[in-house]
Amino acid sequence: MPREDTTMATRQTRTLARFMMAPSVILLLFWMIVPLAMTVWFSFLNYNLLNPGNVSFAGLFNYRFFLTDPAFVQSIWNTLLLVLGVLLITVVGGILLALLLDQPIFGQGIVRILVISPFFVMPPVAALVWKNMIMHPGYGVFADIAKFFGAQPIDWFAQYPLLSIIIIVAWQWLPFATLILLTALQSLDSEQKEAAEMDGANFVNRFIYLTLPHLARAITVVILIQTIFLLSVYAEILVTTNGGPGYASTNLPFLIYRTALLGYDVGGASAGGVIAIILANIVAFFLMRAVGKNLDR
Amino acid sequence: MARAISTRSKIGWTFAAWAVALIIFFPILYTVITSLKTEPEAIAGFNLIPSFTLENYVEVQTQRDYFRPFMNSVIIAVGSTLLGIIIAVPAAWSMAFSPTHRTKDILMWMLSTKMMPAAAVLVPIYLLFRDFGLLDSRIGLTLMLMLINLPIVVWMLYTYFREIPGEILEAARMDGASLWGEIWYVLTPMAVPGIASTMLLNIILAWNEAFWTIRLTTTNAAPLTAFIASFSSPQGLFWAKLSAASTLAIAPILIMGWFSQRQLVRGLTFGAVK
Amino acid sequence: MKLKTLVLSLCSASVLAFAAHAETITIATVNNGDMIRMQKLTDDFKAKNPDIDLNWVTLEENVLRERVTTDIATKGGQYDVMTIGTYEVPIWAKQGWLLPLDDLGADYDAADIIPAIAGGLTADGKLFAAPFYGESSFVMYRKDLMEKAGLTMPDAPTWEFIGEAARKMTDRANDINGVCLRGKAGWGENMAFLTAMSNSFGARWFDEKWQPQFDQPEWKNTLDFYVKLMNDAGPAGASSNGFNENLALFQQGKCGMWIDATVAASFVSNPKDSTVADKVGYALAPDNGLGKRGNWLWAWSLAIPAGTQKADAAKKFVSWATDKAYLDLVASKEGWANVPPGTRTSLYNNAEYQKAAPFAKMTLDSINSADPNKPTVKPVPYVGVQFVAIPEFQGLGTTVGQLFSAALAGQSSVDDALAQAQSVSVREMTRAGYIK
Repeated sequence: MPREDTTMATRQTRTLARFMMAPSVILLLFWMIVPLAMTVWFSFLNYNLLNPGNVSFAGLFNYRFFLTDPAFVQSIWNTLLLVLGVLLITVVGGILLALLLDQPIFGQGIVRILVISPFFVMPPVAALVWKNMIMHPGYGVFADIAKFFGAQPIDWFAQYPLLSIIIIVAWQWLPFATLILLTALQSLDSEQKEAAEMDGANFVNRFIYLTLPHLARAITVVILIQTIFLLSVYAEILVTTNGGPGYASTNLPFLIYRTALLGYDVGGASAGGVIAIILANIVAFFLMRAVGKNLDR
Repeated sequence: MARAISTRSKIGWTFAAWAVALIIFFPILYTVITSLKTEPEAIAGFNLIPSFTLENYVEVQTQRDYFRPFMNSVIIAVGSTLLGIIIAVPAAWSMAFSPTHRTKDILMWMLSTKMMPAAAVLVPIYLLFRDFGLLDSRIGLTLMLMLINLPIVVWMLYTYFREIPGEILEAARMDGASLWGEIWYVLTPMAVPGIASTMLLNIILAWNEAFWTIRLTTTNAAPLTAFIASFSSPQGLFWAKLSAASTLAIAPILIMGWFSQRQLVRGLTFGAVK
Repeated sequence: MKLKTLVLSLCSASVLAFAAHAETITIATVNNGDMIRMQKLTDDFKAKNPDIDLNWVTLEENVLRERVTTDIATKGGQYDVMTIGTYEVPIWAKQGWLLPLDDLGADYDAADIIPAIAGGLTADGKLFAAPFYGESSFVMYRKDLMEKAGLTMPDAPTWEFIGEAARKMTDRANDINGVCLRGKAGWGENMAFLTAMSNSFGARWFDEKWQPQFDQPEWKNTLDFYVKLMNDAGPAGASSNGFNENLALFQQGKCGMWIDATVAASFVSNPKDSTVADKVGYALAPDNGLGKRGNWLWAWSLAIPAGTQKADAAKKFVSWATDKAYLDLVASKEGWANVPPGTRTSLYNNAEYQKAAPFAKMTLDSINSADPNKPTVKPVPYVGVQFVAIPEFQGLGTTVGQLFSAALAGQSSVDDALAQAQSVSVREMTRAGYIK
């Protein structure tokens, strides 16, 4: 049943399709182009919000200034590490959790509810809770556990600032990954599973040759959606480390945030924004190439 | 024989699953527990048994009325979701059933609009909102959140609609159904679960959006994110009060999520599950 | 369809709720205790001004600052009264964004405002913001631990004494740290403390030609002293501790000394929250005998944006909230200990207040010993004790704060941190056109 044949009905459908796509495309065009045009325009200006009387044309200076920021290279690196780290934890953890929850257990409904709950917590609240109640080396839960075992509490945000943030963000996104993978797992034909068991395939082999390929598409969805959100994480950083110590936890969105809302440097932040969009699109392009095929079946 | 083993292993799996689930849930549980402590108790180190005081909730409510930001959150989250669905359904439908070689590009482009860093466009957006008189208005915020989430909504619906077999549409066409009839009578019933779960996800995303909802509001339209921001990090002890405020802000969406988790799961899989 | 009905009825209900008002002014404030108390006293203002309604926006400090700055700079017109700090006032006044407050009514005793505080809020001889509460910083210490260490805290200690006392008081086996200081990166966090501290070491941010001074020995001495002191006698996790984290530690009895805002005194001496309430002593911030002490000056103040349509109502409110009568009002309802401190000389002459607040004299002395117009030993081109009142400071201060917190966390050396701070500052200042 090819969907693109050339009957009259289809041509009519085609026209209608354009018509129906129009509202969202036009809205998004407007939504994207107006602020983007303003951002691009501002990025060529010397424009500090606190000194609006003194706006002048800057050429490419803002771009050069942003690209040579001492934190820039590390912020790109941190952005990638953050995205990859969280993806790794949530995908691997999500698969393991999904496998676990797929077993016959008592109170499955309640367990599932507990596992998905972190997804409903607002990011700044999650960061505050983790920073002060869980990870604080003086009165956090981790410190209490360490002391209980007679170990020296870990000073998370000083020693492992980026890892700490990865943990917090991964906690927020783990439920999302688990949910998708769990439902995908449950859709796996039980007859197929049993057949594989009959053939004498052990757990590991069944997982590699049967389960994992079945999960490929769900994993792709997890990666795509999460990447979009993870590329713009900044609230957790702001609440916990403020990008420090040094630039150890400064990522690109935080760098732009610092330029825009601490420096009030509208020109510089706009240049940073344009750079971020370009980089994000490059990432998206490669991502689509790498995993997009899984979506086509 | 098989039964006995499976009961034993079921107990084992149950134990493991509950342990993991409780660890994941722990930060939330601890927030709720902390909200029932006094302020000095809250910083006194690990303690799972609070003094069950409700003073934090009383204090939070007298300091800032909960009802208005709650209503704003509901209106903005539900409003932006309904609006987004109305706009996105036709677009996703046409992309799924009359794809052209550009469909994928359009989808990708839509998603890429989400990658604009919010802080970089704050000033342009603020200026636009000021000029259109949308600052601190529920309409402005509803539009804003609808636009932010529209790409995700279109994308989810698109992948969901693609699961609907084309043969059904062909059959409907043979029977002489008009195009609108096709959508209304054939497609919609099959798509309802997908639409419902898309809506749920969108409500959660809108509820938790904490950049624009704080930056574009003052009082009239301020939702629960702003409510939280008024309890976070003042000078002095605030953990118990913040925990109480957080519990209040999370509770509605958590309860909604609990009741609708099955729906949510179906949409989140993007049709990966048949 | 049930949902739709629900939504519609909710919409209409809320429209009704916000319709029909007299004149309403919108006030933006931080969520600190004194402002929350002011909010609770709204009824008193309403009784005196029945034709004015108050709309409160309470936010945490950083978010509030972003909100009001964006709004005033883009002329968004969302607020009629803004709570701003000593940092913003000179910058905003220069831009002409604020209404001068020289006519707050006949009863408003402007001469009673503590001169050091008024000085920071005045530009071109005009007051541009009325102080709501003011603070400096000083040393809070545990009398019992000091005694145990065999030392006596002088009223005006030196850094040398603080260093010695901190090391002697430290007892890590019992979870007692000699000194707790801010370490979390941020211009209003660790840099507020370190900039004020550096003043007493003879350091400065910029010389008269706006050349950054982090390559000078005074800054090296400051940062060296700070990092070593914190390594020897500071708490774990110091590099992510700000005001509130240290407050929690001190109240839990885990700090021997804490050098921070004077308003903290009312928290640590409050037996309801603090386990060490009856053991706290106070002293001036330390010095090095160079003529400047390491204490800052800050005042949360009410200002009126120049664009407001409701200037008269706004002025009535500002006058009500910062007047002497307001102090009496708070005292009558909540007791003298809860009166907003640090704004009026008359409060410190009040015997009842002195009795309720044992730290009153030390607070006033601290405030009086800070001079935002002449903050450093060597001359500087800027105003501000723990900040530099230029628009670029928030961003630059936060970056430098990140670098210094790395030195505290042991992730970079003091020399590296200073070298990086220097090059970052030169870069930013050149870009902003200060360095020609």
